[in-house]
Amino acid sequence: MTVFLVIIVLALLAVTGWQISKIFQLSKRPDADTSQVANDKDNHLHGILMLAFVIFLYVITVYCFWEYGRFYLPEAASEHGGEYDTLMFISIGLIMFVQIITQGLLHYFAYKYKGKKTQKALFYADNDKLEFIWTIIPVITLAGLIIYGLFTWSDIMNVNEDEDPMVIELYAYQFDWRARYSGEDNTLGKANVRFIEGVNQLGVDESDSYGKDDKIVTELHLPVGQPVLFKFRSQDVLHSAYFPFFRAQMNVVPGMITQFGFTPTITTEEMRESEYMVDKVKSVNEERNEKNEELRAQGEPTLDSYEFDYFLLCNKICGQAHYNMQMKIIVESEEDFNAWLEEQPTFGSTMEESSENVDRPEDTAGVGTPENMEGNDDAEGENDTENSSQEVDAVAVVE
Amino acid sequence: MSAIATAPAHDHHDDHGHHHKETFITKYIFSQDHKMIAKQYLITGLIMGVIGIAMSILFRIQLAWPEQSFWVFEALLGDRWAPDGVMSPSIYLALVTIHGTIMVFFVLTAGLSGTFSNLLIPLQIGARDMASGFLNMVSYWLFFLSSVIMLASLFVESGPAMAGWTIYPPLSALPEAISGSGTGMTLWLVSMAIFIASSLLGSLNYIVTVINLRTEGMSMTRLPLTIWAFFVTAIIGVVSFPVLLSAALLLIMDRSFGTSFFLSDIFIKGEVLSHQGGSPVLFEHLFWFLGHPEVYIVLLPALGITSEIIATNSRKPIFGYRAMVASILAIAFLSTIVWGHHMFISGMNPFLGSVFTFTTLLIAIPSAVKAFNYITTLWKGNLQMNPGMLFSIGLVSTFITGGLTGIILGDSTLDINVHDTYFVVAHFHLVMGISALYGLFAGVYHWFPKMFGRMMNKNLGYIHFWVTAVGAYGVFFPMHFIGIAGLPRRYYTNTNFPYFDDYADVNVIITVAAIITALIQLVFLYNFFGSIFFGKKAVQNPWKSNTLEWTTPVEHVHGNWPGKIPSVYRWPYDYSKTGEDGEYVIKGQDFVTQTTPLQEGEEELNH
Repeated sequence: MTVFLVIIVLALLAVTGWQISKIFQLSKRPDADTSQVANDKDNHLHGILMLAFVIFLYVITVYCFWEYGRFYLPEAASEHGGEYDTLMFISIGLIMFVQIITQGLLHYFAYKYKGKKTQKALFYADNDKLEFIWTIIPVITLAGLIIYGLFTWSDIMNVNEDEDPMVIELYAYQFDWRARYSGEDNTLGKANVRFIEGVNQLGVDESDSYGKDDKIVTELHLPVGQPVLFKFRSQDVLHSAYFPFFRAQMNVVPGMITQFGFTPTITTEEMRESEYMVDKVKSVNEERNEKNEELRAQGEPTLDSYEFDYFLLCNKICGQAHYNMQMKIIVESEEDFNAWLEEQPTFGSTMEESSENVDRPEDTAGVGTPENMEGNDDAEGENDTENSSQEVDAVAVVE
Repeated sequence: MSAIATAPAHDHHDDHGHHHKETFITKYIFSQDHKMIAKQYLITGLIMGVIGIAMSILFRIQLAWPEQSFWVFEALLGDRWAPDGVMSPSIYLALVTIHGTIMVFFVLTAGLSGTFSNLLIPLQIGARDMASGFLNMVSYWLFFLSSVIMLASLFVESGPAMAGWTIYPPLSALPEAISGSGTGMTLWLVSMAIFIASSLLGSLNYIVTVINLRTEGMSMTRLPLTIWAFFVTAIIGVVSFPVLLSAALLLIMDRSFGTSFFLSDIFIKGEVLSHQGGSPVLFEHLFWFLGHPEVYIVLLPALGITSEIIATNSRKPIFGYRAMVASILAIAFLSTIVWGHHMFISGMNPFLGSVFTFTTLLIAIPSAVKAFNYITTLWKGNLQMNPGMLFSIGLVSTFITGGLTGIILGDSTLDINVHDTYFVVAHFHLVMGISALYGLFAGVYHWFPKMFGRMMNKNLGYIHFWVTAVGAYGVFFPMHFIGIAGLPRRYYTNTNFPYFDDYADVNVIITVAAIITALIQLVFLYNFFGSIFFGKKAVQNPWKSNTLEWTTPVEHVHGNWPGKIPSVYRWPYDYSKTGEDGEYVIKGQDFVTQTTPLQEGEEELNH
């Protein structure tokens, strides 16, 4: 019924609009210009509006840089990141320079040469010199940018094996991440999805001795100042490992291993204490507090206060929970890192334990099981039945 | 088919009077007349455009006010996709996917290039019709069929395609990975395969027509830039669309027949798939081999249209005709060797990244030449601010703004951290989305009198332009800043990252601007459909233009010219040309049509 009413109202509105336009047409003086071709009055008005428009463009440009410029990521937390930012700022400076000049000229000419009956346009079809100038200027500028960019690119992408980077595998699946440290031998054990079984959630090849000392974790810890080489592997679809704070990104492709290396330079603690981050966290928390007041009024659970942590996020559409596929990254001192890594069980020990104590599911929980995560209904179902039967066994032992 | 004679000027007999009597069906539905087919393309494209833009408004509302309940979601998406009026993550991805597909292919490829290539190629080169009217008709009806299938996929139970408009496998290949990759994706692929067939038939027809059916005197260097643009666009289409077809076919095989072109080592829903040895990166190469030229398939016709409109309304020749043609050719050539810039971080060899950076930044050169030539065309002109002209100037503005950010994205180094963020969204919407739409609007306002024999209301056109121009920048300019801050695109909500919390306000601004911009398009639709029936009757040459289409009568006739086809004696840009005495070549008239022979003592410039 409401739909019907809405349709009637809309129809009546349309009729009204049509009738009003009729009245306007009828009320026009017979000598009025009805040709629907722009006349001098139109040219004048829209010439001025063109000028107003470019001023509007300048204003929103200044406003956006002023208000939103602070959104630019904090100081890069990786060694190559500084170079990246420099190139970015040079490029932005350059394009803003060109933008302001060309937009200015375009709209100013539109204003200056707005048509008049008495005005005569200049027949000006060609000028080789001018065209040469504005071909050669972009050529030179772009050549500079290309060369600068390419040097930076090969610096970033060609991993220096002499530095003996720490090899870490990042393993992506719908919709979470796992990290596998390569252990003391700094070599990852072979792996393939076909080896996935039980607690071996990443499909590491048990027969490969390199894999025995690998350590699989849910949180990425990195020692500051030490080069890291990430090897990416996907379990199901394309993902992209995006580390915005480290100016690093690489797609994660099922069926192949991709890589990206960088050296973290700022610890989580240092970043939290930086002026940028203190301000940022403050403004985020202010907003969250405002929202919390609303939520409290509605009797809904409130948001936690925010504390900054580096994160890794998925940046290639990968399924319905793509928007929440993240992993916490902690950059810390070498000692802290080593102490943390020491506590993590090796793949070999996890496998041994699980084969010894088949009926103690708690031990495997520490590794984190992809199947237990959201969106994997079938697998979840299987695990549930397995767990419950194991619980029954455990109860029997107690008895 | 005597109606489609090449009919050089000395061919005096006229056999147009006695063709068959037309019925409603042959005139309006299965028409073989290029002018009617152009209108069919335009109206189908506009309908698809309304749907595509409406979808973008839906997901913009979700982005501004994430996970809130809206009656409009419940009304349009239903309980299944919007329980309690809250948009579900799956349908969000579906809307993003179908919005992209519809806008790129159905609106900007078919709606823009299909409309104006069909309308203008025969009219501006002086031909009675396309080389094959029948194939032209088939081309439209295949397009129509593919549109229907694409829209039908919206009503599939498991949802339409949800893997993004780039449909990267394995996500698009595995229904286990996302529900839209079931029947919805099958329909998407079928629809696109038909669309490609339609596009190829159209393109081949355009190429043959331009090469063979030019009237006497219409040498290639006397072609209006519109025709150059359509001609080159058709060539790029023929070169690149078949590659997309092959990608689609291989994907269909992977999905339905168990082959492994793009799939390997996949464990999903608790089991390992048997696929082995394929590579998603191969798909990316195939997709972007079309995908990138596609940008220019969309953009070049718009640039051609504005070249013509800016020259006409500036009452000046387009500056640097040869440079404009050369840059169209250069862009077309380069466009086929830059596809890798979409894949810098796809896992392909970094050396390839260097090569593609080089070719990509090269494309900025012809683009810059074009922009500068437009600006110089305005210089010392006598600008007639018709709505078509305003949209053309708007196009140059968004083309520059959007094009410049391409310098950042085309640089493999800088792409690392802005890849797939809102920076990319802002960039391509400005440079190909908004620019091409402005080209479409400019073309509609300018050639409406030719299509429908009536004028559109200019004041409604002005309102349409100014609100759209401000709104479009309002939507996409702030987007650069949240993109450069690391906000990924295609996120259903950003609330899971408190770090992004203070970008929420920007998202609200963007959405409000988007809603206003979308609503003002209703003014255009009202003006368009209203003017078809009630617009002021057009005169033969309302814009005082030089090109051939304005020598045809206002009332459409089959074969375009009632008498013999006119011959051409000059290029199309003799606006405000003066003789040595400083007077216009034709006294009291600042334009000289292409059909006017050289006047006494007049020199033809070597353009």
